[in-house]
Parts: sequence; structure tokens; C-alpha cells
Amino acid sequence: MQQRGTGQAQAPAANQAPAANQAPAADQDGSAAIDVAHLVKVYKTTRAVDDISFRIARGSITGLLGGNGAGKTTTIAMIMGLVLPTSGSVTVLGAKIPDQRYDVLGRMNFESPYVDMPMRLTVRQNLTIFGRLYAVKHLRERIEQLAADLDLKEFLDRSNGKLSAGQKTRVALAKALINEPDLLLLDEPTASLDPDTADWVRQHLETYRKTHNATILLASHNMLEVERLCDRVIIMKRGKIEDDDSPEGIMARYNRDTLEEVFLDVARGRLREGAPEGTP
Amino acid sequence: MSEIVSHQPRGISLQRINAMVLRYWYLLMSSWPRLLELVYWPALQIITWGFLQNYISQASGFFAKAGGTLIGAVILWDILFRGQLGFSISFLEEMWARNLGNLMMSPLKPIEFLLSLMIMSLIRLAIGVIPMTLLALFFFGFNFYAIGLPLIAFFCNLIFTSWSVGVFASGLVLRNGLGAESIVWTLMFAVMPLACIYYPVEVLPVWLQYVAWTLPPTYVFEGMRSLLIDHVFRADLMAWALVINAILFVASFAVFLALLQSAKRNGSLLGGGE
Repeated sequence: MQQRGTGQAQAPAANQAPAANQAPAADQDGSAAIDVAHLVKVYKTTRAVDDISFRIARGSITGLLGGNGAGKTTTIAMIMGLVLPTSGSVTVLGAKIPDQRYDVLGRMNFESPYVDMPMRLTVRQNLTIFGRLYAVKHLRERIEQLAADLDLKEFLDRSNGKLSAGQKTRVALAKALINEPDLLLLDEPTASLDPDTADWVRQHLETYRKTHNATILLASHNMLEVERLCDRVIIMKRGKIEDDDSPEGIMARYNRDTLEEVFLDVARGRLREGAPEGTP
Repeated sequence: MSEIVSHQPRGISLQRINAMVLRYWYLLMSSWPRLLELVYWPALQIITWGFLQNYISQASGFFAKAGGTLIGAVILWDILFRGQLGFSISFLEEMWARNLGNLMMSPLKPIEFLLSLMIMSLIRLAIGVIPMTLLALFFFGFNFYAIGLPLIAFFCNLIFTSWSVGVFASGLVLRNGLGAESIVWTLMFAVMPLACIYYPVEVLPVWLQYVAWTLPPTYVFEGMRSLLIDHVFRADLMAWALVINAILFVASFAVFLALLQSAKRNGSLLGGGE
């Protein structure tokens, strides 16, 4: 764990022992779904992302944790090719981002609270448009299937603007799943959902990962969600990687019972077990 | 790749362009105020200027001879202005809806996005300008379509200019967020005095005439006056306008792509706010 907590570039997969019943931190054969190397993003004088490196294995669920301004959204945006890195490289599903992003965009999808679906259009119209953009075959059937899976049937023909926040989140998730992506990037996927619906969405994501061997990278403030869903957690603070391991591994290292306690330790600069003095 | 997704061509996809046109069509059809607005302003314009033309043609021998130049100019100006607005408003709809991130993350390419905006500008223009021309015929006996084949040359040149301005203005909004929205509404008016819509180029000071001749609409409005007053179609003017339009069109695309890159560097694509 010598590099942990420094936020320096690292290849966590190589130097971490995967926790029992966890997927490996990254592919051993070099075919990671996401490969981020020495990624830096500087906005004017702010280093939003500061030399981070990680690889994410295909078929895994990885949580990106961190407080506001930690660099999670910028990192995800660079993985998607919506923000250009200042330096470093991103490879997604074997394609260099941003140069080759159109080769793999059809195999990816995302959901974020920073974007909305058009409000005046009905749920069905929105899904039809995105289905066509992603060239989904048998689109009508696909929409019906998603509506059944995500419990959207009763408001398929209602305009998006007339839905509750929770219903909108489910519609956004339906859009994110419309092309059955190999890689799903989620920013706060269960924000504004009641606990029952949030749990149900998590279950759906778990099932989707298992049935499609999909890779999921999610940024979240919901520690229980991350504990339950993720094989691996990357904790970010001020643009650097603060820690990177399985949820169990991280909790053990901080000698804590929950990720929430770990999160508070990290946010408030408390030391983890065995960390040398002066380590953030 | 997932089995539910069709193979996609590496180049431009008509399916994705269709999807975007459908998106804007759904939006138009879901909102009667949007539809009404398309017709309202052009109708108001033509009625106001039509009566003015009627009035001054009674008092002036020149305008009596040049019947319809004012109404013709109003309609052609509206093609130019509404063509650009039709393009840019569809773009703004994505900003207002905070949907740009979804589109940019989809396989939709910038060129496909821009092409869909051009198609929508034609659709919106048809909804607004066709009733306008019918009003001109009904109220003032001015048959816009009697211009005949030259009308195609006028229209093509004006619509190309409107798209170039639309692409440029959209790029600025993309880069700077909705704080730059006013550019969309006002940019074309900067062209207005120099394009010599209602008066001949010779009215301008000599040095400004050089500037005016760099703008394709100037050639179109001069061409229109030549046709309506002297009954001569100036193909040379249309050819020059086409050449300048081609340069403007390529330049506006290049600027748009540069502004898109800048927005990606700046991280403004996901936000899109002020």
C-alpha cells in the first residue's frame, strides 16, 4: 500500500490483493474496460484531476468516491471524451479517447445529474430518439422491455417534465441502458430516489452487470450503495486518488465498519491504519 | 458490441440525422406557442411593411415603378433571418433542455448534428415564410413566386448564409454557455445595414461598399432589385454570392469545431449554463 494516499500515479490492480469474493481490480491480460494513465486536468489555475492512474476490469463495478470538488465528475467526463485532459491518456474498450471515441460510443452509455432528457417530449419519444441514435434494432420491443424492467409502463406516454424526480431518474437509466452498453458510466445513479426504488435500481444494475458482463463505473455519495454494488472503490480527494481497493479492504485498512466512516476519515484528513505521519 | 445494436457506418449516418429531426419535430408538435411564434412574427412583418410600401408607392413615382421591392426585400430578409433562427433555436433547445451532454455522449457526430439543424431550419422556415408569402399575395397582390427560377438562386444563397451564421453563433453558445445566447438573436442584425436590404449599395460610403460586397446577402438584394426594377437577372451576382457563401460555410464549420474543442478543454459541455 506504499503509494496509497499520495494520489500519485499507480496501477492498483498490480499491487493489490483482491478481497475474497471480489472481482480482480483490473484485467490481468491487459484488456481492461478502462485504462487511465497519468491523467491530469487543469482548469486555469485549478488542478481538478492530478495525475491519476487506474485500470478497470471488464465486468466489474467500480465506485468513484469523493467529496464535492474531488474530481470524480471531471474524471468521468474525460473517460467519456467530453472533457479533454491536460495530459495523460484514457483508453476505453480498447479505443484511445478522445481520438477513437466514435469507435466505441455505441458500446457505452451514461447517466448524470448534469444532463436531462428533453422535458416536453414523452418518455417513449425520448427513448425512441436515443434508440435511433444508438441504432437499436427492434426498438419498439426494446422500449417495451425497458419500460417493463424499470417500471415505466404507466407513464411511457407522459412528457418527461411531468414526472417526479425518481421517475425521471428511472427514465434516464432506461436511456442509459437502451443500447445494452458494455460500459456504463453513472454519476449519482440513485440520487433523489426513495430507498425502496433506489434499492430496486441497484438490484437492476447488479443483474444487468451479471447478465451482460457489463462494466460499470459509478460516482456516488451513497456509501451504502457503493458498499453493496461495487467490487472496488477508488476514493478521490482534491483531484488525487486517496485510496483504491475493495470496499472490505479499504474498511479494514481504516479499521472502520462502514465506508461512510472511511469517507469521513478521508474527508477530515484522519489517518488510516499503519499510515506514516504526514500522509494525508 | 451488443447484439441489439445495428452495425453503424463509419461516415455520416442518415438514421442519426433522422433521429435528431424527429426530436425537433416532436418538440414543435408538442408546443403550440412554438408553432404560433413561427408564423406570428413573419406575418406581422409583411403586413406592416406591405402597408408602408402601399403608402410610399402612392407618393413616389420610383416606388410605383419598383413595385414590390420593399415586400420582396422583407420576405428575403426573413428567409435570411428566420433561416438562421430556425437553425440556432433548435440548437438552443438542447442547451435549454440540458440535453447536450446526452447527445455528445451518443454516437451522433457534430456534422450529423449540424445537418439535422439545417433540415430543421428549412422546416421552420417553411412554416413561417409560406404563410407570409400568401399574406403578401392576398393583401398586397405581390406574388413572391412570380420571381420564378431566380428565386431558387436567391433562396439558396440566403439559406447558406443563414446556416453559416447559425453554425458560428451556435459554436459561440456551445463554448460560452447560455450567457452568450443573445448572440443568436442579434448577430444577423449586424449584417443588416451592410447587406443593403432596403437600399442599393451605392447609398453607402465608398469604403463601406467594399465591406458590403464581402457579404453574400448584398449580392442577393442587389440581384432582387435588378430583377424587380430593371427586369434583369444578374447571374454574375448570384455566382459571386455562391463563391463567398462556400468560403463562409467552410469557415463557420471550422470555427464550430474549434469552439467545440475549446468547450471540451474548458469543460463546459456538461454544464452549458451561464
